[in-house]
Amino acid sequence: MGLPAIPIVSDLGLDETAKALNTEQIATVVNRILDQETAARFKVYLNTCVHCGLCSDACHWFLSNDRDPRFSPVGKVKQTLWEIIRKKGHVSPEFMKDCSRIAHTECNVCRRCSMYCPFGIDIAYLLLVVRRICHELGMVPQFLQDTVNSHSVTMNQMWVKQDEWIDTLQWQEEEAKGEIKTSRIPLDKEGADVFYSVIAPEPKILAQLIGNIAQIMAVAKVDWTMPSLDGWDNSNMAMYSGDFEIMGRVERAHYESALKLKSRRIVMGECGHAFRGAAYDGPKWLGWREPPIPLIHAVDFYHELLTTGRIKIAKKFETPVTVQEPCNIVRGRGLGQKLREIISMVCEDFRLPEPGLEHNYCCGAGGGTINCGPPWKTSRVKGNRVKAEQLAATKAHIIITPCHNCHSGIEDIISGYKLGMHVKFFSEILMEVMEVPDELKC
Amino acid sequence: MYQFVSGPLVWIAFAVFVGGMVYQFVTMLRLAQKDKVIYPYMSLKYSLRSLFHWIIPFASRNMRARYEVTIVTFIFHICLVLLPIFLLAHVAMFAFAWGAKWCVMSAGAANYMTLAVILACVFFLLRRVMLPEVQFVTYVSDYVLLAIAFAPFVTGFAANRQWFDYETTIIIHMICGSLMLIVIPFTRLSHMLFFPFTRAYMGSEFGAVRNARDW
Repeated sequence: MGLPAIPIVSDLGLDETAKALNTEQIATVVNRILDQETAARFKVYLNTCVHCGLCSDACHWFLSNDRDPRFSPVGKVKQTLWEIIRKKGHVSPEFMKDCSRIAHTECNVCRRCSMYCPFGIDIAYLLLVVRRICHELGMVPQFLQDTVNSHSVTMNQMWVKQDEWIDTLQWQEEEAKGEIKTSRIPLDKEGADVFYSVIAPEPKILAQLIGNIAQIMAVAKVDWTMPSLDGWDNSNMAMYSGDFEIMGRVERAHYESALKLKSRRIVMGECGHAFRGAAYDGPKWLGWREPPIPLIHAVDFYHELLTTGRIKIAKKFETPVTVQEPCNIVRGRGLGQKLREIISMVCEDFRLPEPGLEHNYCCGAGGGTINCGPPWKTSRVKGNRVKAEQLAATKAHIIITPCHNCHSGIEDIISGYKLGMHVKFFSEILMEVMEVPDELKC
Repeated sequence: MYQFVSGPLVWIAFAVFVGGMVYQFVTMLRLAQKDKVIYPYMSLKYSLRSLFHWIIPFASRNMRARYEVTIVTFIFHICLVLLPIFLLAHVAMFAFAWGAKWCVMSAGAANYMTLAVILACVFFLLRRVMLPEVQFVTYVSDYVLLAIAFAPFVTGFAANRQWFDYETTIIIHMICGSLMLIVIPFTRLSHMLFFPFTRAYMGSEFGAVRNARDW
C-alpha cells in the first residue's frame, strides 16, 4: 500500500525481552490469558466487528498521521489481536515487540473509538488485553515498567520514600502558612470529611500543588486529612502496563488507607488516569461495582466549593483560556459540564474547544503512553497534530487541564508545534483569583 | 432438485439458523457470567438510551459525520430484513406449507427494495476497496460475507425478471438464501444477534458507571 516505514525506536524493555522469548512461550501465555481472563466481551467483540473502519475517525493517532490505516483503532486490533488469534498465539518475539509498540505507545486507551463504533465495541479494552499479554511476557517499555516497579516496591509511582513524603508535606505546609495563616496539612486525622490523595509526581516534582491545596482547604475551611503512610498515591501505572495484580494492590491500599482513617470521602487531586484507576478500572478488577467509600475528582470538589460559596472569586482571570478535557473524567465520568462551569466561574474569557465534552481529543499522553518515556516522545507528539490544531484554533493563551498526564502531554504538543500557549491546573488559576478573607492573610 | 431446495433445504437452513442463534445467545449469557463486570453493570435505562441513539439515523455524531454510510446502511438493513419476510412469493410459500398468512408488500416496492440492497452491496464493496482504512482491515472473508448477503437478492431479482432459465435461477436463489441463513450465527453476520447486546453493555457502562454519553 506504500505506507511509510514506522521509525524504529530502541527500548530496552522490548529489545532485551524479545531476545529472551520464544514462540512457544508466547503461545502458552497468550492462550492462558485468552482462556482464563477473557470471556463474553472479548468473544462477542471479535465476532461482531464487521471490519467497517468507522472507528477510524475517532482516533487522534489516525487523524494526525494523515489517515494512515495502521493507526486506526481497528487497524491496531488487526495488527495485534487478529494475528495472535489467527496463529493461535504462535507469533514471534519480534511480533510481540510490535504489539507492545502499538498497544502501549500508539494507543491512549482513551475510548473515544468506542463512541464511534456502531456496535459500541470497546476497542480500548481489546488493546488492554494486548497489553495484558505483553505484560505477562515482560514485554513492556522500560520507563513504563519502572513506574510499575516503583508501585510494587513503594506503593507510589516515583520511588518517593516515606521520609521524603512526610518531609515534603511539612515543607509545603510551611510554604502555605507563609501565605495563609491557618493553612495546615493534617496527617492521619480520623473521621475527616475529606481524605485528599495525590499522584506521586506532586511530592516529587510539583510540590507547590500540595501547598496550593493546603491554602484552598484553609480558605474553604474544609475538614481534611492526608495519610502519612502508603496509600497516599492514587496514581496507577500498573493499570496501563497490564499488571493488573499490582493495579489491584495499589487501589486496595488507597481505599484501605482512607477507610482506616474513617474518612467520609476521598477527594482526588487533578489527575485523570488516577481517577480512572480508582473509580472504575481498579474496582472492576477487584470485583467491586462501586468503590467502598465515595470518591470524587478535584473538578467535582471545586465545583462544590464554588457553587456553595465556600470559595469566592475576588476578580476573574482575564487572560483568554481554553480547556483540555481529560478523557478519564469527561468520557470516563461525565464531568465535562462541571469542568466548563467552574472554568466559567473563574475566567472572564473562556474559549470552548471543538470537538468538546465526550468528543474531545485525548491529550496523547494518557493511557500510560507518556510514561513509556523519552524514546517514544517523537511519535507521541506526531500522533497528536489534531490536538495542536484544535487548541490553536481557540486562540487562547492558557490551556486549563485538571489532569497531570494531559498537563505534560499538552506541554509537549505546545513545544512540538510551537503553539506559544501555557498549561495550568485549575487550582493554579483558582489560587490567583480566590478571595482570601483579611483575617487569614499573613 | 427444486423439491429438495424448496422443502428440506429451507427447513434445514431455518433449523440451523434458529439453533445456531440460540446456541450463540446461550454461550454469550454463560460467558457473560465469567466476565464478572457485565451483569452488575447492565442497566435497562442506559441500554435503551444507547440503542435509541444508534437505531435512529443521524442520532449519533459519527452517523452525522459519515452520513453517506448511515443512509446506505439503514436502507440496506431495513430492506434486507423486511424483503424476505413480506415478499409475496415467500409468504405464498409459507401459506402453501403451513396455511399461515401475513401481509405482503407490493411488487413495485419489492423491486425497488431489492435494487436498494444490490446497490448497497456495491457501495460496501467499493468502500472496502477504495478506503485505505477499510482496505487495511479487509480479509477475503469480508468479501465472501458480502457476497453471501448479496447473492440471495441478486438471484431473486434475476428470477423475478426471468433473465435466465427461471427454474435454475430460483433453485440458485433458494440455495443462496439458505446458505445465508446457515452462516449468520457462525460468522460476523452474527452482529444481527449481538448488536443489541454490545450496544446495551456499552450504553450501560457509559451511562451507569461513567455517567457519560456514548453517541
